[in-house]
Amino acid sequence: MAVQKPEELSKVVYTFPSTPWMDTPVEIKKGIFCWGNKEKSLKAVGFPNPRQWSVTDEDWKLPDNWKEIFIEGLRERVDKYRSFRLFLDICVRCGACADKCHFYIGGGDPKNMPVLRAELLRSIYRKYCTTSGKIMGKVAGARELTTSVIKELWYYAYQCTECRRCSLFCPYGIDTAEITILIRELVNLLGLNIEWIAGPVANCWKTGNHMGLLPHTIIDIVSEFKEAIYQVTGLKVDLSYNRKGAEILFVHPSGEYFDPNGNVTFMGYMMLFHEIGLDVTLSTYSSEGGNFGFFTSNEMAKRLHSKIYAEAKRLKVKWILGGECGHMWRVWHQYHNTWFGPVDYLEEPVSPITGTKFENAKSNKIVHITEFTADLIRHGKLNLDPKRNDKYVVTFHDSCNTSRAMGLFEEPRYIIKNVCNNFYEMPPQTIRENTFCCGSGSGLNASENMELRLRGALPRGNAVRHVRDKFGVNTLANICQIDRATLQTLVDYWAKGVAVRGVHELVGNALVMKGEKERTTDLRGDPLPGKEGE
Amino acid sequence: MNLRTLLEEKKSSIVKKWVHVIFEQYPPDSTNFFLTQKDRFLNPVGHAISEGARDIFNALVDDSEPEKFYPLLNDIIKIKAVQDFSPSVAISFLFLLKKVIRVEAGAEIARRNLTPELEALESRIDQLILLSFDIYSKFRERIFEIKNDEFRRMTFRLLQRANLICEIEGEKTTPGEETVITNK
Repeated sequence: MAVQKPEELSKVVYTFPSTPWMDTPVEIKKGIFCWGNKEKSLKAVGFPNPRQWSVTDEDWKLPDNWKEIFIEGLRERVDKYRSFRLFLDICVRCGACADKCHFYIGGGDPKNMPVLRAELLRSIYRKYCTTSGKIMGKVAGARELTTSVIKELWYYAYQCTECRRCSLFCPYGIDTAEITILIRELVNLLGLNIEWIAGPVANCWKTGNHMGLLPHTIIDIVSEFKEAIYQVTGLKVDLSYNRKGAEILFVHPSGEYFDPNGNVTFMGYMMLFHEIGLDVTLSTYSSEGGNFGFFTSNEMAKRLHSKIYAEAKRLKVKWILGGECGHMWRVWHQYHNTWFGPVDYLEEPVSPITGTKFENAKSNKIVHITEFTADLIRHGKLNLDPKRNDKYVVTFHDSCNTSRAMGLFEEPRYIIKNVCNNFYEMPPQTIRENTFCCGSGSGLNASENMELRLRGALPRGNAVRHVRDKFGVNTLANICQIDRATLQTLVDYWAKGVAVRGVHELVGNALVMKGEKERTTDLRGDPLPGKEGE
Repeated sequence: MNLRTLLEEKKSSIVKKWVHVIFEQYPPDSTNFFLTQKDRFLNPVGHAISEGARDIFNALVDDSEPEKFYPLLNDIIKIKAVQDFSPSVAISFLFLLKKVIRVEAGAEIARRNLTPELEALESRIDQLILLSFDIYSKFRERIFEIKNDEFRRMTFRLLQRANLICEIEGEKTTPGEETVITNK
């Protein structure tokens, strides 16, 4: 929000100045960008050109040969990734993706049209990697790489949540998120990242999780969860860590240890595992399902991901169960096999309770917790009392990655319908593969970029508001930790009165456990319906 | 003929023009999208502003009570408060209405000697502008509140673990509503 001087205020201009995008220099605005990375965060993972710099400074202290680094990096990647070259070459600028980005829909900045955001890089590619661009320059859509262009690339690469809604509509199948990913990778070569990503990456590299939690802290937090479950159910629920020989390794986002919405979702997992007597263990080293390295570079994503399989091997488990996380599932489904190939030391996952073979996980040996729980419910293995969730009128937000990257639509809905009596869908153009992003994914869940996040969350918030007003929806269920941590804030602005909940929190509430006392409260300590006076 | 009848006659052209000039405040590449995509879920900004402008105009012509305008202005300004506008531009859409009415019906108003009625109408628009200042400030404040709430949710467990939050016996402490932070 710019503050105008009195003489500017007196000149009321009612229309927007019109200049072609290449001639419109980037204006870095407060509320839109995240703070730049710290020197120590890049040093921790051995990334190039670490230094202290500030987004608001004119001089970003780029290395002397910044242009050479960027162009060489671009050429190297164009040669290395056939898909990248194809995506840069084949776009005909038809505009099918233009109005599909939540940031564009909510804000109207043309450079948030996926086609134009990609064009920011394509123009450089044309100039330095194609003959037509070299010769004809601007006529062929090419432009010089300048420090202002570097700033523009950085600014807009961190205004894309890599949600891939635009890709759904591209007639050529261009994955525009891949272009954002590569822009981020290229600016990283110059030591330009955001701290909200670089910090968690450094933490994860050092301790195994984004939050930087050490083993004793994790165990301590879980003991608090055990106590909370005991208060609600009267049952002593245990959970093992680093136990060799367990059948299953459970991996989940570490945010669930700290975020209040995540805490209760995690308690839901614990209760479920206890109830069915699952032979499961967790790891304090492989303690992060999420992968902020994925928002940094291909190499960093691979480095962070490798710990999960290393830990599965060390603990000699048979297969892996994954928690309610978003981008973790994109990494598993779309990158894992490219990086490591099918794993030969794990077994094809089979539910020890129902005998169901998860054939969809034959290759990468990981099952989503909602697939697992839905299968339990389908086989009648859980005693559920949905009335305990009667105060919740629920709708379901499909997270971008679990929907568009793995097609997980039915399982969470099936679970919700079995643990809650009141469920309403948002309009079809806003759910399933058409789902609108929360506006905070891909590492943009900071607070300094709140205006950007609010714009991005407007399409989702608008649909939530609609079901709130039409059906009395008061609960937005989802299966992503970034959603749980950030959507509450955004919904508080766009559709006040709606609470964000993890699906397994609702499972934990409805689950009737063997030997439990008569429950009077839900997992948050709030009275169950009909138990208000107790 | 009074001003009300005249404005009702010219309603569709005035509202259309008004909505158009409001969207001209957005970058030219985006104006068309906001104006043409009619699905309210795929174009929430276009829908809120177009519908809101029509309802505000109708309420003005109907001489509605001020309370009627509040939710209408709310829905538009809530969006503008998070977009790329300075406070002055964010609420300038109401000034634009005055201009549009004069362009679309000015000659007729002069010819029929309705200028005093127009002045009264413009005073009412001025009142809406003042109300818009309040609403705009409210939403900017709200943005800082939700930022603050999010920060408190994020740090709640840390503070709790560091024994920096006191719970009052018998009262539940929830993130964002903690009772006391001690000076430990």
